[in-house]
Amino acid sequence: MRSRTSKAVLYVLLVVAAIPFIYPILWMVFSSFKPASEIFAVPPRLLPDRWTLDAWPKVFTENPFLQQYANSLYIAVVVTLLTIVVAALAGYAFARIRFPFAGGLFLLLLSGMMLPPEVTVIPIFRWASDLGLIDTHWPLILLPVFGSGGIVATFVFRQFFLGLPAEIEEAARLDGLGRLQIFWRIAMPLAGPAIATVAILQFLKSFNTYFEALIFLKTPEMLTVGVGLTRYQDMYGEPMWSTQLAATTLTVIPMLIVFLFAQRQFVESLSRTGLK
Amino acid sequence: MTSVNRAVAAVKPHRGGRPTDAKSQPRAGDPSGTFRRQRKFPEAHIGLAFVSPMVIGVIVLCLIPFISVIWYSLHDWDVFTGSFEFIGLGNYARLVNDAVAAKSLGVTGLFMATLMIVNIVLAMLLALLVNQRLRGVSAFRAIYFAPVVVAVVAWVIIWQFLLASNGGINGFLAMVGVEGPNWLRDPNTALYAVVIVQVFKGVGMNMVLFLAALQGVPSELKEAARIDGASNWRIFWSVVLPMLSPTLLLVMILTSIGALDVFAPIQVLTQGGPSNSTLVLSYYMYQTAFERQDFGYGSTLGVVLFVIVLALTAVQWRLRKVWVHDEV
Repeated sequence: MRSRTSKAVLYVLLVVAAIPFIYPILWMVFSSFKPASEIFAVPPRLLPDRWTLDAWPKVFTENPFLQQYANSLYIAVVVTLLTIVVAALAGYAFARIRFPFAGGLFLLLLSGMMLPPEVTVIPIFRWASDLGLIDTHWPLILLPVFGSGGIVATFVFRQFFLGLPAEIEEAARLDGLGRLQIFWRIAMPLAGPAIATVAILQFLKSFNTYFEALIFLKTPEMLTVGVGLTRYQDMYGEPMWSTQLAATTLTVIPMLIVFLFAQRQFVESLSRTGLK
Repeated sequence: MTSVNRAVAAVKPHRGGRPTDAKSQPRAGDPSGTFRRQRKFPEAHIGLAFVSPMVIGVIVLCLIPFISVIWYSLHDWDVFTGSFEFIGLGNYARLVNDAVAAKSLGVTGLFMATLMIVNIVLAMLLALLVNQRLRGVSAFRAIYFAPVVVAVVAWVIIWQFLLASNGGINGFLAMVGVEGPNWLRDPNTALYAVVIVQVFKGVGMNMVLFLAALQGVPSELKEAARIDGASNWRIFWSVVLPMLSPTLLLVMILTSIGALDVFAPIQVLTQGGPSNSTLVLSYYMYQTAFERQDFGYGSTLGVVLFVIVLALTAVQWRLRKVWVHDEV
């Protein structure tokens, strides 16, 4: 049995360690209700002296915030769905089908994973210019699916399908199902945990994209929410602090709410797929 | 991102899968081979068809651009006049004499080393902490993980305010009578400030990986050590840590690649300044290519970035034999 004091010490440690994770988020939310002059008040305070909603309407009038939010969401959803299909097919084949060059192709994917996006962005930018894809969402959709995110997803699926009992497939084969049917009707419905992991990783990755969005997008209506957050300036080019923080709050809070409801699945599926 | 180590380990046995194997090996449950004759396509074609979307995508969007970037790095490329002139290793010669690039390499190394040490030590400590059997501990697990799901720019914007000279951090310091520096405008602190922001954003992911590994350590081992009279510290050092070493390797590789890949925090917090003290290589490459339109030299910097990633991964992968405890 653990002593009362050692328990108390552990709780103190847990709470102190939580401050840098939780304080910035609380500060953001409260500051969006502060007048701009209070944000840099000395000494700084967490709660506003004078509560105001002034900053909030400007979130939508100074920037097409809702459009940007919708852009980010639909790009993330498309990236996630596309990744699941493409990566599951490849992962399934690497795990369950013998075919020529399997080892070589697998190594090829591995090498693709070691390329940071900054390394390959110049040629891709040039092609996108030639094809008229600058200021469209195509690069933001295709790059994560076929970049390191998609490759990692392939590994996750491969790993999962390697662990699937062979008997299930044998039975399906005897029933006359073809490979595509076995994949789609037998293997995929069993792959829930792998799908969840890939969905979480790819959705977060896409929602977090900043570098590619900065490079490939130009007009405010096409921007994703991440880049949009950095564009809150008044007509003199001065930053609009409270408004920026209100927009940041609107970006952060929905994700945190989803996370709170699903945090067990988040943590479990990420750790389970990680290490066995 | 998490299954990399197993994936790498699994490459070898896969190589043996020659095309003839598929035909010569009758499957269980299909001894007569009649089943196979009914099929429209041989297995080998189906396998290739299944992997082709991903493989073709990776070739087009990773490997061809990578070869292109090496080719571009051998050219002087003037966007305004449209000239694209082969200069051989000219850009690499320029690199050797470029004091800013030298500085940038140093900054990159320092950033990566600091980030890895702080991130991994903190992730390990947090994992040990949330692995305790205490009521409500899962809530803390969620809190430490929460920034992982926050958009990186949002997280960075908040910290930009907190790190300002009259921001929240210095407010805390003032309460205990310390006058804090202007974190992001002081060349001595800016890099460490960025490290802190980045660590709290991502440490939850590494914590979860360590936590999963900790929970995989058989409790009998710890009990046995305890009966032998080992202290807690000794148990951690001699029993738990060796069991964690495969995870530690994975976390080290992922964290170092992630450190080289840092962009949004630099762009939003410091733009590489003050006096280039936060000019990591990826940001210098961005500035060169996309702000100064010097795509040839930018490509050269990209190639250097890749060489560093490759070297780091290779070194860590080699060194694993020295210190990683293999469970199997």
